[in-house]
Amino acid sequence: MNRELKPLEKIKMLLSNYPKERHHLINFLHLIQDELGYLSEEAIELLSEHFSLSPAEIFGVATFYASFRITQPAEHEIQVCQGTACHVRGAEAILEEFSRQLDKHYGEQGWSSKVSLRKVNCLGCCAIGPVAVVDGQIESRMTLTKVREIVRRLYQKDNLEKIREQNDQE
Amino acid sequence: MTKNSLRRINSLIELQKLIEFWAGKPRPEKIISLSSASCGRASGALKISSALDKCLRELNLTDRFELKLTGCHGFCQLEPDLVIFPEGYFYPSLYPEQVPAIVEKTLLAGEFLHEFAFKDQQSGKVYSRVFELPLYQKQLRWLLDAHLDLDPLSLEDYFAHQGFSALRKVLTWDNQEKVIDLITASGLRGRGGAGFPTGLKWRLARNVESQEKYLVCNGDEGDPGAYMDRGLLESNPFSVVEGMIIGGYAIGARKGFIYIRQEYPLAIERMEAVLRSCRQVGLLGEKILGTEFSFDLEIIRGAGAFVSGEETALIASIEGRRAFPRQRPPFPVVRGLFGQPTVINNVETWANVPLIIRQGPEWYSQVGTTTSKGTKIFSLVGQVRFTGLVEVPLGISIGEVVQEIGGGAPAGRKIKAVQTGGPSGGCLPTSMFNLPLDYEALQAAGTIMGSGGMIVLDDSTCLVDLALYFLKFASGESCGKCAPCRLGTVQMVEILERITRGEAQLSDLDRLEKLGRVMQKGSLCGLGRTAANPVLSGLRYFREEFETHVVRKQCPALVCRKLITYAIDREKCRRCYLCLKNCPFGAIKKEADGWPYVDEELCQSCGLCLNICPKEFDAIFKKPRYSEGGEGRMVDYENNQGLNRK
Ligand SMILES: Cc1cc2nc3c(=O)[nH]c(=O)nc-3n(C[C@H](O)[C@H](O)[C@H](O)COP(=O)(O)O)c2cc1C
Ligand code: FES
Repeated sequence: MNRELKPLEKIKMLLSNYPKERHHLINFLHLIQDELGYLSEEAIELLSEHFSLSPAEIFGVATFYASFRITQPAEHEIQVCQGTACHVRGAEAILEEFSRQLDKHYGEQGWSSKVSLRKVNCLGCCAIGPVAVVDGQIESRMTLTKVREIVRRLYQKDNLEKIREQNDQE
Repeated sequence: MTKNSLRRINSLIELQKLIEFWAGKPRPEKIISLSSASCGRASGALKISSALDKCLRELNLTDRFELKLTGCHGFCQLEPDLVIFPEGYFYPSLYPEQVPAIVEKTLLAGEFLHEFAFKDQQSGKVYSRVFELPLYQKQLRWLLDAHLDLDPLSLEDYFAHQGFSALRKVLTWDNQEKVIDLITASGLRGRGGAGFPTGLKWRLARNVESQEKYLVCNGDEGDPGAYMDRGLLESNPFSVVEGMIIGGYAIGARKGFIYIRQEYPLAIERMEAVLRSCRQVGLLGEKILGTEFSFDLEIIRGAGAFVSGEETALIASIEGRRAFPRQRPPFPVVRGLFGQPTVINNVETWANVPLIIRQGPEWYSQVGTTTSKGTKIFSLVGQVRFTGLVEVPLGISIGEVVQEIGGGAPAGRKIKAVQTGGPSGGCLPTSMFNLPLDYEALQAAGTIMGSGGMIVLDDSTCLVDLALYFLKFASGESCGKCAPCRLGTVQMVEILERITRGEAQLSDLDRLEKLGRVMQKGSLCGLGRTAANPVLSGLRYFREEFETHVVRKQCPALVCRKLITYAIDREKCRRCYLCLKNCPFGAIKKEADGWPYVDEELCQSCGLCLNICPKEFDAIFKKPRYSEGGEGRMVDYENNQGLNRK
């Protein structure tokens, strides 16, 4: 049944059984982000009513923490670990290569705006680093050549879908 | 062992019977234990598990052999791996295609398949059993051993490992002080970094008069490059819960919080499941096990801020605020969460509690040095042959951990230093490898025990670059509340960046030391007070390397990009031109005679050519950009200081 609810309505429903103590705020911000992919203004308004806090206060909390986003996420997300163990195995170059690949080779078609590239501090998989997370999937032992393969793979996947869509329409 | 078999346990006697029942239950003919914590899964453990499951079903073997998805086995670089008990056969780095052979030969015929075994490339030796593996030698795996054959989500299996017998024991004593005495006598100290005596912390909180008291489990694990707590939370979550219930009983708390960082979704998921099971059987909630003691736990997901691991910031974060630390005293044991007395301990500290209660403080304190007792888990990573989670007796020397457990440097490399304590710690050179792992000894040497990150560095790591890395991290994570930390870290980053570009002066090194001392003294919380450690310890042990950057404009490890460039070895080059075609900066050109060369003016030292040159050719190498004496740009910022100030 829940599946048919619009995300905001679902949040309203979740909030209605949720305690109002402030210490639930951060967990709830996570819940919203899991649901919407980011913390929208409307959602923050709802929270502000529920917890009796000003929206500015909630924004202040949300923006303090690196995990929360207040803008809509891109279609694909690539996170590159910049933890110490990954750093000493060349993680910085991996990040750079991702950015270069996205900008240089896929920038023109506007596709790269669909990919967000983020740094993270250690995913706890340090023994198999350098590590990246591509759309939720952990990729271990990254190399510059592997970066190219991954970007190409994402690009092709998107375009295949496009081609299929076009075929369907015809 | 289905979920429905969980029935409410109404008394301590019932609990005792359950533990006896599960511990005494005959084990299946063979247990196939598959490491499937996060790093196992990242390496494909779930594919192995479905292949195994399918194979066992098809051959109707599920009754004879039990497949267990356990937590982390510890040898993380060989994931996914299988251990087959009772023999302890070990199969590393598996592919699903290997599964049928393992079932047929090892499970059914009892044969070990040598072709799948772990082979030490250096010595050529083949290892068949898990406890023979080089990584496991010299370890003392009090906490970690259970990870080899414990189903992290199964309460029954935890019972079979004597789980909750410590809780049962303390609940039979009416005297809560006795619990605290026991923990004090064991000599257990906090495993989260600072090493505060746990028993004392509990006693302080117990002695404060208050209606409400709280417990917190610090699972923020902010040190980038360490994952001991993830290992424990994913592999044996019940032990942390048991430790916390015992702690709650001892200090008189009714409520506890488990703060787990957001980057560990599997740990959060497993902890949630475990708390549900505990509530279902009455190990959490009102009147635990029919006694008068009530206690419950709640999970708080962290949100990606290093400073929230600091205890006062952690409290603010749990209260739903920004994670700003505050001045101490009052310490959290007096005024903590919601203004009430609060005991905050690290995940590993909590996990040690049931063990100490079960085995007794004398047993526990036999191991260690005068001031540091028991074992400590480290995540041994970096430039070492064997990497993974290791648990060692305190007092063992750093050299033993690196050389014997870690197997020393990879072929052709040389170990240079070990970093412990992450952004709050420092590096120790090989000349200090005799130093025992002991809170005080490490502190005196300029680093800290830390939460357990141990990163081995070899000659391909530049200590200036590493110091810069940590300072960048600290300046990014500084909450900005106090000036010494907020401004000091930024200043240090600027100076270190100049050094890595070959634009610094020798006086900058002294400036770094001075700044570091101000930060140590003047910062509000541990983040700022320790942030300079990576630089100060670097200068203490590797000053020459810093000076080489400054004076000769060279990076001996060939890491600092502004100081190196690449070149092509004509003896090895086969003129495939892959590098030329792929250089993003067009810096690789063709000579008139057709040989490719690197145009150093254009080269940005990105390293792609080195990576792309086929392994069998290996024709590209790094070299210093400036010859001896250096032509690096020198900035006379002494006279320019006014401009730098904002
Ligand atoms: C900047 C900073 C970060 C910290 N991060 C952690 C952490 O991630 N995990 C942890 O257990 N302790 C961390 N600590 C230490 C805690 O403040 C606290 O001392 C510890 O959780 C107490 O538990 P213990 O006595 O069991 O070690 C951090 C301290 C500082 C100053
Ligand atoms: S440092 Fe990258 S996973 Fe830990």
